[in-house]
Amino acid sequence: MIVIDTGNHIAALAAKMAKPHVIAAYPITPQTTIVERLAQYVENGEMDAEFIRVESEHSAMAACIGAASVGARTFTATSSHGLLLMHEMLHWAGLARLPIVMVNVNRALGPGWNIWSDLNDSLSQRDTGWIQFYASSVQEAYDNIIQAYKIAENEEVMLPAMICYDGFILSHTSMPAEIPEQHEVDEFLPEYKPAWKMDVEKPATHGNIVPPEYYIQIRYDMHLAMERAKKIIQEVGEEFGRKFGRKYGLIHEYRCDDADYVMVTMSSIAAEGRVAVDRLRERGEKVGLVNLRTFRPFPREMLKYDKMIVIDRDISPGLGGVVYNEIRGNGSEVYGFMAGLGGMDVSYKDIERMYELAKQGKEGLYPLEVK
Amino acid sequence: MVAIKDLPLDEKILKGHAACPGCPITIALRIALKALGEKTMLVIPASCSAVVQALYPKTAFNVPTLNIAFEASAAAASGVSSALKALEKEDVLPVVWAGDGGSYDIGLQALSGALERGTDFIYVCYNNQMYSNTGIQRSGATPYGAWTTTTWKGKEEHQKELAEIVMAHHIPYVATATIAYPTDLYEKMKKAKEMKGPRYIEILAPCPPGWRFDMSKTVEMSRLAVETGAWVLYEMVDGKMEFTGYSKRLLAGKKRKPIKDWLKMQGRFRHLTEEDIEEIKKEIDAKWDYYMKIYGGNEGGK
Repeated sequence: MIVIDTGNHIAALAAKMAKPHVIAAYPITPQTTIVERLAQYVENGEMDAEFIRVESEHSAMAACIGAASVGARTFTATSSHGLLLMHEMLHWAGLARLPIVMVNVNRALGPGWNIWSDLNDSLSQRDTGWIQFYASSVQEAYDNIIQAYKIAENEEVMLPAMICYDGFILSHTSMPAEIPEQHEVDEFLPEYKPAWKMDVEKPATHGNIVPPEYYIQIRYDMHLAMERAKKIIQEVGEEFGRKFGRKYGLIHEYRCDDADYVMVTMSSIAAEGRVAVDRLRERGEKVGLVNLRTFRPFPREMLKYDKMIVIDRDISPGLGGVVYNEIRGNGSEVYGFMAGLGGMDVSYKDIERMYELAKQGKEGLYPLEVK
Repeated sequence: MVAIKDLPLDEKILKGHAACPGCPITIALRIALKALGEKTMLVIPASCSAVVQALYPKTAFNVPTLNIAFEASAAAASGVSSALKALEKEDVLPVVWAGDGGSYDIGLQALSGALERGTDFIYVCYNNQMYSNTGIQRSGATPYGAWTTTTWKGKEEHQKELAEIVMAHHIPYVATATIAYPTDLYEKMKKAKEMKGPRYIEILAPCPPGWRFDMSKTVEMSRLAVETGAWVLYEMVDGKMEFTGYSKRLLAGKKRKPIKDWLKMQGRFRHLTEEDIEEIKKEIDAKWDYYMKIYGGNEGGK
């Protein structure tokens, strides 16, 4: 069935259809309409879940950790400062290997207050051990949420997963999305069988003091799980494709086959970038686009293009674009642009312009340093 | 009142834990778990209790135990509680076991939120009146005049009363206890276990290295705190206050022992001047005057 609704309402629908036992959430713009809708589902009896209306995002994540530790499937959603307040508990969830699923609606950080899209909130959670998906459309947001549970809960993975998409550009824009039937989702995503849980029949202590010789192993295991997740993400993406007709991997290539230049980006800029690629192709330019679906695990080995133009909607002060710096060693020529910070519009025309600038050997913060 | 010989023999605190000699925490938890039984899940924030469990992969706690970040225990317990409900395991009881730092200070927001939401759990604050685990720093529960490693000349402020803040949440059960009266502690735990909703129990936990007294004196220190009126035993059931044990006798008119007797046993108060002791006495008098006015009915205790 095609549903036309906002990214947040479609995300809430995906969360509902994934049937979490426990939701713990706190309002923050532009995420709020997700938890409003979920609260409504629970109160109407459309959804059989415990909804904890916590007093902060830190407590939202702590509650998800508590619930997941008992073997519950959990969901939460946040944005920006809410995600930053969770930071400590994000590391906790990662190291505890709890497959919590969360939506982060990307929003800039203060001061001053800015509620518009910017990826620095989630990118600054890079090392927390969370799988990070980025959606370039409302449809992808829905599909990523459903798949995220299956990937996170896989016994070879057992890591939490974050589904990110742009504030307002996707969260508050109505777009059509193909929504499967509940029984189809149930077939794809069976009931959660936790690899570990707290159980009074088998008392165990979780998270007590760990000496270095065990700690190094636990940390390394988390890294190995993230590496294994690359395979599982592709397998689950292919299974999703067979069942629902939309196949997913770690990256999505668009007109890259004979491309001299490949633009690399993620989130809604990728959607705009595909329009730019079509227009540049019409003008005879041999250009393609790669949309990074996952930022962690990072598909570095798949990004072996000779000439790349990376567009970041983020900035790491003192270094530059975050994604650019992850892959700058991969090609012979890699150009980095930072654009769209704090919700500045990045249209296909801007992307075409960045392509022209890169061909002239230029890069930097668009349009302040280069335009 | 249960006799100490009648407490269950089953031990949930195993041998080989890492607590200091004379530590009141494991004494209190041992008694508490005798009352709470095997269908208990502990949630423990950063604290001495996180350390005394013993190092991974061993444990001295024979009930499922979830360690969590310092400020997050009440929130994590909310999640445990909701998950147990969702998974139809409501016969299992989540119990937070937190220190005063994790309750009075850094964990206060999560605690207040969990209480206000009516979370079905027991929250225990064992109050040793300082950050013992990090090496004796001042907390919101540290009393006036006490030496700590962040108040070298003695704390200049009085402690707050967390149990009274908790009472303002109008939860079904609020109680205080201390290990000198194990059957009182046991019965309060037992009573709390049979109730639903948020239940709060605060246990005075005299810390030998932190308070600077001999490890053999933990029980005496606990008892004298009650006999001098520095610590008060009571329970509030659905808003109805009742003093228990020795504190009940103080409320009925028995004379409190001089506070000086309790203070002089502790190295942390060694530097106090007569004026400082008078300041502490005034605070305790004021507290008891208040209790007399609200819950008493005579002038006793002074």
